[in-house]
Amino acid sequence: MSSRADDASPGVAGLGAAAPAAGDLGTPAAPVPGVSGVPTFAATGLDLPAPDVLAPDALASDVRTPDALAPDAPAPDGHGPDGDRPDAGTPDAHTSASAPSIDHPAAPDALGTFGASVHDEFAHEWAKIVEGASYVPLPADEMRDYLRELTYRLSDSLDADPFRPHEARDVGEALVAAHFTGTGTLERTFGLIGEWWPRLRAHAFSQQRDPDDYLLRVIQIQGALAAGYAEALRTRTLAEQQAIHAAVLDARALTEQALHTSEARFRAVFEQSGLGIAIGDLDGVILDVNPALAQMFGVHQTELPGRRVREFMLADDPGHVWEWYEELARGEREHFSAEKRYVRADGEPLWTHLTVSLVRDSAGGPRYQVAMIEDVTDRHRLYTRLRHQAQHDPLTGLPNRALFFERLEAVFERAAGSVGRPSGADRVGLCYLDLDGFKVVNDSLGHDVGDQLLIAVARRLDAYVSRAGHLIARMGGDEFVVLVENSAGTGQVVALAEGILGALREPFRIRGHDLTVSASIGIVERPVAGTGPADTMRAADITLYWAKSEGRGRWTVFDTERNDREVARYTLSAEMPAALHHGEFDVDYQPLVSLADGSVLGVEALVRWRHPRQGLIGPDRFIGLAEETGLIVPLGMYVLERACREAQRWSGSAEALGAPAAAPFISVNLAERQCHEPGLVRQVERVLAETGLEPERLQFELTESQIMATDGGPLERLRELAAMGVRIAIDDFGTGYSNLAYLRRLPVCELKIAGSFVEGLRKPGDADPVDARIVASLVELAHALGLTVTAEGIETAAQAERLRAIGCDAGQGWYFSRPGPPDRIATLLDGVPRAG
Amino acid sequence: MERPAWAPEEIDLTKPSVARVYDYYLGGSHNFAVDREFAAKAIGMWPELPVIMQANRAFLRRAVRHLVESGITQFLDIGSGIPTVGSTHEVVRAAGSEAGVVYVDNDPVAVAHGRAILGDDPRTVMLGGDVRDPLGILESAAATGLYDPARPVAVLLVALLHFVPDEENPAELIAFLHKHIAPGSRLVVSHASADGEPERAAEHQDLYRRRDAPMHMRSRDEVAAFFDGFELAEPGLVFLPEWRPEAGAAPEAKPGRFTGYAGVGTRT
Ligand SMILES: C[S@@+](CC[C@H](N)C(=O)[O-])C[C@H]1O[C@@H](n2cnc3c(N)ncnc32)[C@H](O)[C@@H]1O
Repeated sequence: MSSRADDASPGVAGLGAAAPAAGDLGTPAAPVPGVSGVPTFAATGLDLPAPDVLAPDALASDVRTPDALAPDAPAPDGHGPDGDRPDAGTPDAHTSASAPSIDHPAAPDALGTFGASVHDEFAHEWAKIVEGASYVPLPADEMRDYLRELTYRLSDSLDADPFRPHEARDVGEALVAAHFTGTGTLERTFGLIGEWWPRLRAHAFSQQRDPDDYLLRVIQIQGALAAGYAEALRTRTLAEQQAIHAAVLDARALTEQALHTSEARFRAVFEQSGLGIAIGDLDGVILDVNPALAQMFGVHQTELPGRRVREFMLADDPGHVWEWYEELARGEREHFSAEKRYVRADGEPLWTHLTVSLVRDSAGGPRYQVAMIEDVTDRHRLYTRLRHQAQHDPLTGLPNRALFFERLEAVFERAAGSVGRPSGADRVGLCYLDLDGFKVVNDSLGHDVGDQLLIAVARRLDAYVSRAGHLIARMGGDEFVVLVENSAGTGQVVALAEGILGALREPFRIRGHDLTVSASIGIVERPVAGTGPADTMRAADITLYWAKSEGRGRWTVFDTERNDREVARYTLSAEMPAALHHGEFDVDYQPLVSLADGSVLGVEALVRWRHPRQGLIGPDRFIGLAEETGLIVPLGMYVLERACREAQRWSGSAEALGAPAAAPFISVNLAERQCHEPGLVRQVERVLAETGLEPERLQFELTESQIMATDGGPLERLRELAAMGVRIAIDDFGTGYSNLAYLRRLPVCELKIAGSFVEGLRKPGDADPVDARIVASLVELAHALGLTVTAEGIETAAQAERLRAIGCDAGQGWYFSRPGPPDRIATLLDGVPRAG
Repeated sequence: MERPAWAPEEIDLTKPSVARVYDYYLGGSHNFAVDREFAAKAIGMWPELPVIMQANRAFLRRAVRHLVESGITQFLDIGSGIPTVGSTHEVVRAAGSEAGVVYVDNDPVAVAHGRAILGDDPRTVMLGGDVRDPLGILESAAATGLYDPARPVAVLLVALLHFVPDEENPAELIAFLHKHIAPGSRLVVSHASADGEPERAAEHQDLYRRRDAPMHMRSRDEVAAFFDGFELAEPGLVFLPEWRPEAGAAPEAKPGRFTGYAGVGTRT
C-alpha cells in the first residue's frame, strides 16, 4: 500500500494500485500521506511480542498481526523469543470464536445512489478475493450475505453525517469473528476499495460532496476497519495461543500424572501383592524381588537380588522348564508356566506355580524377565495327602489295590518303553496270599478281633516283605499281594513265599487270644514280555485257588500246562450246548457177539463229538464234563432216541427175514445224573412208544460204582425200568468195589467185565493164570446170580476162544467189530448167521 | 492383536503436530513456530494446500449437516483434531441438533484443548484414543453416555486414514467398526490421494514421513474399498468439493486439484 496522496491521479492510481501482491508483503510501505494519525503498514511483525506467540520468523510477512495498525492496542510486552507462556497480553474478553450475527440497519438504499445491486456486486467481489485465505465455516451464499451486510455497514458509516468512522471498527471485528483470519485478508480488502475509488468518487459528486473530503473519509474508514480487525485478530490470536499453551500444560500434566499413577500403581502391586514377583535381567541375575517372594523363601528382601536364577535349579524340576527358560532369555519365548519346587532358607520345600514372562522395550527388544510365583505348598501337601489316602488301605495303612495296580502297570509299561534291552530280561513275580480260615475268626471272635488280626498280619507281612524291598498291598478282605519287581527267577519268589509262611507261623496275640493263622499263596513268576498286568493278576488268582484247593498253609506256582488244560476243558464244556444244538454229536454202534455161535446179541451205542476244529472227540473227554454241567441229561436223551430208532429198524428187518427173535437189543449208557431225573421213566416210555421198540430190546449200562451208590429215587427208577422189561447191565465190572449182597437187590440182568481183565488173556498160549481165574470166578458168580456176562475189549481170536471156554456168554471188541455207523450193523445182521 | 489401551505419548514441542498444522491451514492460531515452519515448507512445495485443507473442512461441514438432516443423533469423530473453527459439534449445534458428539484424537494436546473448550457443552466430549484400537474407542465412547451402541451413529474418519499405513490394516479397523455399529449407521471418510497430482503428492508424503507422521496417499479404488459393507450415498466417492456442493458455490474448474476423495456410506 504505497499510494501517495499527491499522485497525478491520487485516488484511482493510488488506491487502485494499492492492492499488494503477495510478494510485496515484506516491503515496508511508505506512510499514507495526508492522513495524519493513520499508521502505516509496517507489517513486518518485527515488533510482535514473541515469534512463537504471534508469527514465526518464516512467516514474518504474515499480515494477520498488524499491531501497528491499532493505535490503541496494548503495547507489546516484550516477551522473550521462547515466549511459550500464555500470559502474553490478556486479550479482551469480548473476542469470540463463534460466528457473529449482524444486525443490519434497515434500508441502505435510502442513500439513493448505491442501490442493492451495487452492494451485492461489492460483496461478491469481496468474497472472491478473501476466500481461501482462511477457513470460513459458512456456505458460499451465506458467506456472501455476511459480507453484504458488512458492505452496507461500511457504506452507511461512509455516508453518515456527521461522519462516524469508528463504526468501521466493528466491521473489522466482524471479519475476524467470522474467521476471515487468513493472511492478506485486509490488504485484499483495501485493494478492492482502491479499485472501487472511481465509483466512490462519482458517488461523492452525485452527493455533492467534496471528493477530497470523501477520499479522506474512505481512508479514515479503512484505518478504523484495520484497527478493529487488527485488534480483534490480535485478541483472538492471543486467546488461541493461550488456549493451546494451556492445552500443552494440561496434556503434560496429564501424561505425567498417568506415568506417575502407573508407576505408583506398579509399586503398590509389587509391594503388596500376595504373589511373589521377581525381576531379573536377561543374564539371569535377579534385580529385585517383592516382600511376598522374600517371605516365601524365608529370606530378607535384600538377600535375593544379585543371585542367579540358575542357582534355584533342582534335580526334580520338570525337564522342559529350563529349556523354556533358555528360550525366553534368548527372546524366543514370551512366557511359560510350570509347577516347580524350591527350597526355603530353612530347608523346607516350597512348592510353587511359576509363570515367567519376557518384558520387551518399546523397540521390541528383550529387556527383563519377570517371574510370578504362587506358593502352592499347602495345596501340594493336601494333594499329596489325598493321593496317599486314595492309594492306601485305611485299616492297615498298606498300599491298596489302586496303588498296587498302578505299580504293576508301570512295570509292564517300563518294559514296553525300554528299547535296546534283550527281550525277556525283565521278569516280574507276584505272591497272592489269602489267610486260611479268617472267616472263622471273624465269625467266632467278632469283627473287631478280625480287624485287629488283619492289622497285626499286615504289620508282620510289611516288616518282612518291605525289608526285602518289595511292595505289599492289601487287596481287600484277607487278601494281600506282594509285587516282586525285577525278579531274579521263580526260586527267589518261592523263597519269599516260604519266608512269608514262616513269618506267619508265630501265633498272634489279639485281645487275650492266641491266634494261629496260616495262609495259602499263589505264585506267578514270569518274563514281563508277552503278558500284561491283567493276565498276570488272573494267573495269580487261579494259582491261589489251586493252592487253597490243594490244602492250606502252602504255596503253589502257576503251571501253564495245567492252566491250559483247565482252559481247554472249560472251553469244551462251554461249547457243548451249542454243539448239541448243531447236531455235532453222533452215535456209533458196536456189536455184542455171542461167543457160542457168533450171532449178534446186542449193540452198544457210543456217542462221539464231531468237533468242527478238533475233529472227532471220544466220550472219555466230554462225558465227565457233561455230567458236571448237567448237559448229560439232554445229551443222554438224544443218544437214547437215535439208538432206539436204529434198533427198531434192525428189529424191522429181522422180522422181515422171518426171525424177529434174532433182532439184537440196543445197549445205551445211563449216567448217574440221568438217574436222578424224576422224569426219566416217563421219557424212556415216550421214546419207546415213539420208536415202537419193545422194552426188552433196550438195555441201560450203568457203572459199577454208580449202581452201588444207587439208592432212593434212582433205585426206584431202575426198578420201574426193569419192571417194564428194560435190561439193566453193569458196565466195567470188576474195577470198583462191589457189594455182592447189594447186587442181589438190584434188577440187573447182565455184567460187562472190564477190558483190563480181558487183556491178560490176550496172548495165545501163556495166558495170565490169575486173570483167567478171576474172570472164571466172575462168570461163575454172575451165572449163580442169574446174570449173563459180556467181556469187553476182545482183540484177538485167542481171547475170544478162552472166554468162550471159561463160559462167558458174549464178547465185544475190535476182534469182532469196531464201533461204526448204523449201516455197518445192518450189514452185519444180514451176513451173520442167527441163533435159533 | 494385542494393543495397550490408549496412553498419551510424550509431548514433544520440537516436532510439529498434525493437528496443529491443520489448524494453521484453516487460519487458526492454535499452533507453534514448529508447526508454522512445517506448514510453510509444505506450502512452498504446494501452494494450494491451505485451500485443499479448507475444502476438506467444508466437506466435513456439508457431510455433518446432511447427516443431521437425515436424522443422525450421535457422532463419533475419530481423528477430530483440535476442535477449532467449523468443528463437528459447532455444525451440529448450528443445525439446531442436540446430537451427542464424541471426539477422539491421539494427540494429547488436541485432547486437552478439546476438554478445555467443551466444558460447557454437556452433549459433547473429547476423548484420547487411537483409531487402531477401535474396541477401546467404542467402549470409552459408550461409557460417556453420549453414544448408544444400539442406535445408528455417524463415524467420522475425516482426513484420518491417510495416517494409517497398510501394515496397520485400516480396512480391518473399519470392518471392526462396521461389525459393532448399529445398522443404519454412517461412515464418513475423506482421504488424501495422489490421483490428481502424483509428483507433488509424493514430495508431500515425504515431508510428513520426515516428521514421523507418514502420510499414505491412496488411489480411488483403495479408498472405495473402505466402504465395504456400506452403501455410498449420492454422489458416491468423489473429489472433496464435488460432494454435495452448496447452492451458489462456484463450480470448481479442475476438481483434481483437490487431491482428496470424500464419501458417506450407510451401514447395511
Ligand atoms: C488432518 S487432521 C483431521 C481433523 C478433522 N478430522 C478434519 O478433517 O477436519 C488429522 C487428525 O488425526 C489425528 N490422528 C492421526 N493419527 C491418528 C490415530 N492413529 N488415531 C487417532 N487420531 C489420529 C491427528 O492427531 C489429527 O488431529
